Amino acid sequence: MGDYWRDAENMIQPGRIKVPYTWQAGETASHYLTRLRDEKKILGKHCPKCDKVLVPARKNCPFCTVPTDEWVELSGQGSVDTFTVVRKGNAIQPMKAPFVYALIKLDGADTGFLHMLGEVDPETVKEGMRVEAVFKEERSASPLDIAYFKPIG
Amino acid sequence: MDRVAIVGIGQTKIEAAKERQNYPEMVYEAVKLALEDAGVGIDEVDNVVTTANDFWDGRTISCMPVGGVSGGYDKNISGVEGDGTFGAFYASCRTRSGSYGTTLLTAHSKGSESRKITPMITNAAFDPIHARCLGLDIVTACALQARKYMQRFGITEEECAQVSVKNHGNALENPNAQTPMNITVEDVMKSEMIAEPLKALDISPISDGACCMILANEERVKNFRTKPVWLKGVSFCADAFQLGDRDLSECKALEKAAEKAYQMAGIQDPRKEIDVAEICDAFTYQELMWTEGLGFGKKGEGGKLVTSGATAKDGDIPVNPSGGLLSGHPFIAAGMYRMIEAVRQIRGEAGGMQVKEDVKTALAHGVNGLCGQSHCVWILGSE
Amino acid sequence: MGKRAAIVGAGQTYHKSIRRDVNGQELINEAVTRALEDAELTIDDIDGVVIGNMDHFEGINYVDCWSIDGSGGFMKPTMKLCTGGTTGTTLGIGGFHMVASGMFDKLLVIGWEKNSESDTTGAIVTATDPILDRGVMAGALAGLAIEASEYAAAYGATPKDAARVSVRDRKHACNNPYAHLRKEVTIEEVLSSPVISDPLHLLDMCPRTDGACAVIYASEDVAEKLCPQPAWVVKTANRHCYSRFSDIKGQTGMLSLTTAAKELWAKTGIKEPLKEIDVLEMYQPYSWGGLIWFEDMGFCKKGEGPKYIWDGVTDMGGECPTNPSGGVVSTNPIGATGLIRCAEIAHQIQGKAGDRQVPNVELGLATGFGGCFWSDMILYSKKKPA
Repeated sequence: MGDYWRDAENMIQPGRIKVPYTWQAGETASHYLTRLRDEKKILGKHCPKCDKVLVPARKNCPFCTVPTDEWVELSGQGSVDTFTVVRKGNAIQPMKAPFVYALIKLDGADTGFLHMLGEVDPETVKEGMRVEAVFKEERSASPLDIAYFKPIG
Repeated sequence: MDRVAIVGIGQTKIEAAKERQNYPEMVYEAVKLALEDAGVGIDEVDNVVTTANDFWDGRTISCMPVGGVSGGYDKNISGVEGDGTFGAFYASCRTRSGSYGTTLLTAHSKGSESRKITPMITNAAFDPIHARCLGLDIVTACALQARKYMQRFGITEEECAQVSVKNHGNALENPNAQTPMNITVEDVMKSEMIAEPLKALDISPISDGACCMILANEERVKNFRTKPVWLKGVSFCADAFQLGDRDLSECKALEKAAEKAYQMAGIQDPRKEIDVAEICDAFTYQELMWTEGLGFGKKGEGGKLVTSGATAKDGDIPVNPSGGLLSGHPFIAAGMYRMIEAVRQIRGEAGGMQVKEDVKTALAHGVNGLCGQSHCVWILGSE
Repeated sequence: MGKRAAIVGAGQTYHKSIRRDVNGQELINEAVTRALEDAELTIDDIDGVVIGNMDHFEGINYVDCWSIDGSGGFMKPTMKLCTGGTTGTTLGIGGFHMVASGMFDKLLVIGWEKNSESDTTGAIVTATDPILDRGVMAGALAGLAIEASEYAAAYGATPKDAARVSVRDRKHACNNPYAHLRKEVTIEEVLSSPVISDPLHLLDMCPRTDGACAVIYASEDVAEKLCPQPAWVVKTANRHCYSRFSDIKGQTGMLSLTTAAKELWAKTGIKEPLKEIDVLEMYQPYSWGGLIWFEDMGFCKKGEGPKYIWDGVTDMGGECPTNPSGGVVSTNPIGATGLIRCAEIAHQIQGKAGDRQVPNVELGLATGFGGCFWSDMILYSKKKPA
């Protein structure tokens, strides 16, 4: 058996997986996204056991596992909890670098809301900054119906 | 409970791209090395556990081609999806359950095969309904965590950079590391900013690598020629999933896992009793956070641990003398590489990485999910 | 020596083609809630969570981390097992080993799949080697069609014999409120349904289902306190032999099942499975499997499967009722399917199987199938193993 294989050319075969997905949101998330689209409202849901208001609205509490009960309408305003300025972007990001991702503590909710900031100079963003949701004109029941959160007074 | 020891280890070199091997071939290399190390043939192996991840491998049932090369043909075999430390947990259960005397386990990742779309792989960890379209991946998510942790405790970017300097420098003694480097804090600070505060040299590379371990219960240990390294304690724990459901500056899941692992191993003062730790430093700030969570220092004082030299190779609690993930990061295999490096230390076979002559107790750590959502802590001992 | 372990509770969802009312997390939570109710436990009583599904069917990475909301794994040890189609039984086996090792006293094991969320065949095709196999593979069906053809050629079994298996399972499913397909079929209907891949007709095949199943394993230290009749694991055996579909040639039976069965019978001392096993839940994704694999496990001689099926041996009331739940041709949420077999056997042993209860079950067998012709087997018993 010769050693010919050692000199063999390294072949690299490109490939792509083509598996289309359609995720069912379920009743709870559907209602949440519908209100986002139709009324520009962000909804949380209340856990009867730990008394937290969870956003985005969930069917059961991640901490207690019990079903949530009341829907809670949130004002869409809140404070920046933490953020990052993306300097080197990539193809899957909805905005072009430099832009800001943030976790926002919405007024009335106990869990952080993940989204982006806009209409803001990245150099001026600080923890605690007051922000408000800005909705797109054309909405499709997606988290991106909120274009970004902008600073308010 | 039955005692179980690691009696064989094998690992491939961690490289940016292993162009002459596909991933099963990589695993085969590691398995052969482990069997050679243990001085046994495949017949001594009673059963096999593989650790893989369909997304990183780009294949459904990606453990399928790994079974054969791990000696799983005509044996009982199973598969874990998650970091190597979790695979090791299941393998240890199978060795303790009374069903098998020895277990061979493998873990691998060939990150180079998905280099063009790496962000999509970790983006797929986000919830498809609420978060995926936001386009975050592990780097931007960890940037959020880094900022929160650093702001809360006043950790500086320079302190994080020290971790990079330490670990890349440690890697100079590691023949298997991908990126050993002699760098300075200034080099790290000047490296390209990706997502604040994470710069290129704060972030581990995506690598190719495979590793293998052989476990044996007390009865079978004598069939192996190596010094057994005993599994003294283990625990793992998962925090809430959505980034907003957690205080990202806390690592409660790690604290809980560590507490239980220490309890099982009979460790009361980790800083004093642990001789060396190999932990998952996918990002520089994480080494600081995890050393705090493991109880090596007070909360918020992770920076001091590195700047004081406490976690240096010759410090009183050496962390990542192998160079850690910053010097080579095959996802999924990452935690098992940490275990193997810890085994080397206890055996006294770590060469230039050896922290001291008589290493009795070592800690190995692995992470699953984003921003350290789920942690697994192993305590390994010489007795 | 390890501890003995048993299933003390099980729950599953009402399986459907598409569960539009819930997302994956909520589907999981449904099964978890039912399992906890069945075991009369709360999530706080659980020491750990093990979950499994096939990643590419839902397109979610790190499912053990993502599913926390639904699984109840918050601040608990949580991890994922996955071996393709055998995932469910891998979970059934994994749960056993983790509890038998002494590391957990009460472990929640979850299998789930939301097959409606993706193109199942498209996802399955990615299982094949991208360089050597993928160009010619046609999903899960091709291999099964080949097996059926080879078997028919070797032993003279006919599509009518296979159709009788479908008729049996679909009839059994009518007793199962959780089953996906709950309508009987006739031999004629099976044989006149479209041919998908010769000799397989549509009604020979399993459906795609959204569903979840959860079981609770408990160690011997607590199992008897938790429920009056735990379903004890006697032994497990499995073989995941092949990695390339092109390696399978001249196969008139499933090698992995034959060798796994030999090992299981040797370990458990079972000499005549047909006589000694009281109920069988087979991971039988197509009707021909009910003939071929029944033989491979040693329930009868090679080639004699059809006779036993036609004689009613595997029907309810027969000597070895098979798939009283309706089996996989009636319900197939892939990541859960194997675990449903375990849950069904557990309820058979516990006397909780309702209208599908087989009388006097002492020993029950659950099997798993998947990947590249892989097999898992788990034997459960009413009596605590010695």
